[in-house]
Amino acid sequence: MRYLPLTPADRTEMLSAIGADTIDALFADVPAEARLPGPVAGLPAHASEMAVERHMAALAARNLTAGAAPFFLGAGAYRHHIPASVDHLIQRGEFLTAYTPYQPEIAQGTLQVLFEFQTQVARLLGTDIANASMYDGSTACWEAIAMAARITRRKKAVLSGGLHPHYGETVKTMARFTGDAIDARPPRLDAAPDDADVIAAIDGETACVVVQYPDVLGRIPDLALIAAAAQAHGALLVAVVTEPVALGLIEAPGHLGADIVVGEGQSLGVGLQFGGPYLGLFGCREKFVRQMPGRLCGQTVDADGRRGFVLTLSTREQHIRREKATSNICTNSGLCALAFSIHMTLLGGAGLARLAQVNHARAQAAARRLGQVPGVAVLNDVYFNEFTLILPGDARAAVRALADRGVLGGVSLGRLYPGEGGLDRGLLVAVTEMTGDDEIEALATALDDVLQGEPA
Amino acid sequence: MSALNPSGWRPEAGTGESAAALAPTASGDHALALEEPLIFELAAPGDKCGVDLDAPESPPLPGLARFLRAAIAPLPGLTEPEAVRHYTRLSRQNYAIDLGPFPLGSCTMKHNPRLNEKVARLAGFADVHPLQPQQTVQGALGVINELAFWLVTLTGMHGVAMTPKAGAHGELCGLLCIKAAIAARGEDRRVILVPESAHGTNPATAAFAGFAVESIPATAEGRVDLAALTARLGPDVAGVMITNPNTCGLFERDMKAISDAVHAAGGYVYCDGANFNAIVGKVRPGDLGIDAMHINLHKTFSTPHGGGGPGSGPVVLSQALSPFGPLPFTARTADGVVHLIEDTNADVFPQPGAFGRMAAFHGQMGMFTRALAYILSHGADGLRQVAEDAVLNANYVLRRLEDVLDAPFGHSGPCMHEALFSDAGLADGFSTLDIAKGLIDEGFHPMTVYFPLVVHGSMLVEPTETESRAGLDRFIASLRSLAERARAGDASLKSAPHFAPRRRLDETQAARKPVLVWRETVAPA
Amino acid sequence: MTRYFTKDHEWIDVAGDTGTVGITDYAQGQLGDITFVELPAVGTAVGKGDAVAVVDSVKAASDVYTPVSGTVSDVNGALEGEPELVNTDAEVAGWLFRLTLGDPSELAALLDQAAYEAYIAEL
Repeated sequence: MRYLPLTPADRTEMLSAIGADTIDALFADVPAEARLPGPVAGLPAHASEMAVERHMAALAARNLTAGAAPFFLGAGAYRHHIPASVDHLIQRGEFLTAYTPYQPEIAQGTLQVLFEFQTQVARLLGTDIANASMYDGSTACWEAIAMAARITRRKKAVLSGGLHPHYGETVKTMARFTGDAIDARPPRLDAAPDDADVIAAIDGETACVVVQYPDVLGRIPDLALIAAAAQAHGALLVAVVTEPVALGLIEAPGHLGADIVVGEGQSLGVGLQFGGPYLGLFGCREKFVRQMPGRLCGQTVDADGRRGFVLTLSTREQHIRREKATSNICTNSGLCALAFSIHMTLLGGAGLARLAQVNHARAQAAARRLGQVPGVAVLNDVYFNEFTLILPGDARAAVRALADRGVLGGVSLGRLYPGEGGLDRGLLVAVTEMTGDDEIEALATALDDVLQGEPA
Repeated sequence: MSALNPSGWRPEAGTGESAAALAPTASGDHALALEEPLIFELAAPGDKCGVDLDAPESPPLPGLARFLRAAIAPLPGLTEPEAVRHYTRLSRQNYAIDLGPFPLGSCTMKHNPRLNEKVARLAGFADVHPLQPQQTVQGALGVINELAFWLVTLTGMHGVAMTPKAGAHGELCGLLCIKAAIAARGEDRRVILVPESAHGTNPATAAFAGFAVESIPATAEGRVDLAALTARLGPDVAGVMITNPNTCGLFERDMKAISDAVHAAGGYVYCDGANFNAIVGKVRPGDLGIDAMHINLHKTFSTPHGGGGPGSGPVVLSQALSPFGPLPFTARTADGVVHLIEDTNADVFPQPGAFGRMAAFHGQMGMFTRALAYILSHGADGLRQVAEDAVLNANYVLRRLEDVLDAPFGHSGPCMHEALFSDAGLADGFSTLDIAKGLIDEGFHPMTVYFPLVVHGSMLVEPTETESRAGLDRFIASLRSLAERARAGDASLKSAPHFAPRRRLDETQAARKPVLVWRETVAPA
Repeated sequence: MTRYFTKDHEWIDVAGDTGTVGITDYAQGQLGDITFVELPAVGTAVGKGDAVAVVDSVKAASDVYTPVSGTVSDVNGALEGEPELVNTDAEVAGWLFRLTLGDPSELAALLDQAAYEAYIAEL
């Protein structure tokens, strides 16, 4: 077997050195009735590299890849261009095959990257500090709510109706088991976000208000207004960013009064990958540092007085605090954080601003053209790179019909909100620097055909 | 106060001067030992950019004016040559499994096959959106379904939840299944029993899921005390969380008896599958009465650790718990179509007992493709060989070193995939930390230290199956030399490492006055 | 003023109905460098033996139990910026919190200085 270096002779000699007759003597503690006599039944035997590659390539070929079709999906996962050097660098074995940097003397590469990443994230989100990343945006969102409950010693979170429904469901799943109260605003197909409703729901029991920015329908809530209302009741504002490229153009949530800012970092450096792995961004005010979840990297000096970095404040974490930990989280999303950081380094603040401007301009071009399709209306007055179309009928069926025409036309609200009949006509359309005029025209034409009932 | 420092771990700064300090250079570099500034010291924000972008074709929408960023984010940019050099230089300050053995017990650092990386990057997997219409992603759903089949079959279980994003997330998933199953019976059980040798994630997860955590003692031979556990069972106990093979590197011989007793008392058995790599293909946890077990794909199935993630933690479930798993999941109909079930009321495979979503989208697809490529490469026969070689290598290390390093459970029979040593017998003032730092100078990554907590000064060595015999012999020779030096009180060991990019770091300062982001006012030392 | 000890390595100085609590010099020596001290909120009612403060070192977080019941009346704010006071002066400047005693009869069960010293001599 190509991955197993021991030879049959090695095995025999090693058993002899150990003083065991057979390999099964080493499994003597496993009760005989639980020991399988041979390979697990019903499964194939080993395969060559060539055979496995063929099998996997055949599976891959059964997917319509985003690059092979006019492509307009977003809703929390965005298709941006990734510079070639990003994937090259993350495949260096010293990054790819290292472990969590528990021995800092021989992990300064990973640790310095994390320190740079934390700084980049804090400056992007407009927060004092940031951690070394979480699993993804949705789990970071729940961790922020749990953290707000620890800080305020209150148990209620108010959720905006503009929060990504997968994030909302993740939060509700967790809260059902922890006993936190979740007051979720219903999603509504309005041109403006539900800021007033959110503000009206804040009271003296509220630990935090959770607002997505831009929201799931592409609208932009007034964070400063909501932050002031939260503060007046002693509640915290948790801002959620699922498209970090937007922060190249619109103000950072931390600068608008958000106490905790979480986000999905996939847009920078990380491909779509059918939903994961991605990386969660997590920033907050410095005074909350000891209530933060997740790994933190800090600067210090070594025995010779040279600057170096270590994982720090680990007494918050599960491996020391056990049942009193701030979170059960044991890993971050290290390699994705590295990819994010490299892409961010290539862009810099100025490049990110330019990238955001291009995204926004492309989205305007798409909204103008798609709004001209008979029967179609654009919901949003304001958006960044994603907006909502209102179709004359069920958007879920339209998306399927578009796919039959080789067009990946967006995400239907019926898919995102199963069972919410009032949203059926909504179609989320995302546009990035990757989206060409020809693709916009292809979607407009195909959508027109679909809505007029033309056969594919 | 609670117990004073039971593990015995105390950071020590080290003494003496490093080789670098004795022969200073103008650059600070020493041949191939290269120093690297922070990106914030390499360029100022706005200076330059490594991505060429056209000018935007139109200005922002007028309605966006009140939301615009007052100033661009103060982040430096680097051109491609500078960026490639920065990250390549940093990479050389890391140890990695590609450079040598990485014997971290309980963490399982094995070779990462490059075929896995290649297939994960096929456009059909890498460039597919999670919310594409299902008719366009049958191959991706097929990967999830095929991996799920392997996991269920290898473990002898009934179902599997594929969405958890890491091992600890999987633990949470399993406990939520248990909580939902108990609620469905109309009962209220609040206590989870956890052995004192458990990973810290176990009690943390149980507490996070709203359970009270009670500890079960270990026997003198390092296994769960069955009598103590059985005595504690009752109508308030929701279940137990047991690691098997356990964190002392031993198989829990009484596992089936434990499961039977827990089931008889109305509870469920959660198994921490962190050490499944020791028994994969040899033992099916389902045959031992396990109700739920997470599988760290990076440990057993070789997905890369990436300097701390991303992980992936599918949870296999017994028949009793399968109806209560999370959404979404995949299922294949007789016509060969794989369905992604995102709704409890779906037309096909409705699952009214499902407890909901644990994260956005459908799990760590990029890890699934890698794990599936690894599993297909080994096959059922190769995976069995994986477990046998991992156990053989660990026992070889145990028996070749137990004359110079105390092996607290060495007398109780063979170990599984990891060998446990303690600091007993080292000279006064010498500790596990000194052995670990000495290994760095020897060119190896240290083993896991000060875990499990049940042994003072623990050293947990997990060689894995991907080390050659010659490589093991070199590692054993180094560890033997260090053990002898520490027994003899060789003072130079106290100041190790001498040859690493950094010497011992001041963790006290880092924790007392945390500096977590770079600021212009924080001058470099 | 009278000083009492517990076998869990806390000390308490009692003057009138007020007790001042800290950890012993022996305990700080075992823990190593203290990096952070988490203190209770003033006004908190605590029961004898409750975990009311946490002392962090780099690799451990240790609960501090109150030797007697009462209501927290003051905490040592200096520890916020200088947790190392617990290392350098555990039994004076490194005090953690003050209590208004709930039940002075609980003091009778505690150790005196000689008994505590004899206890740690055996550890």
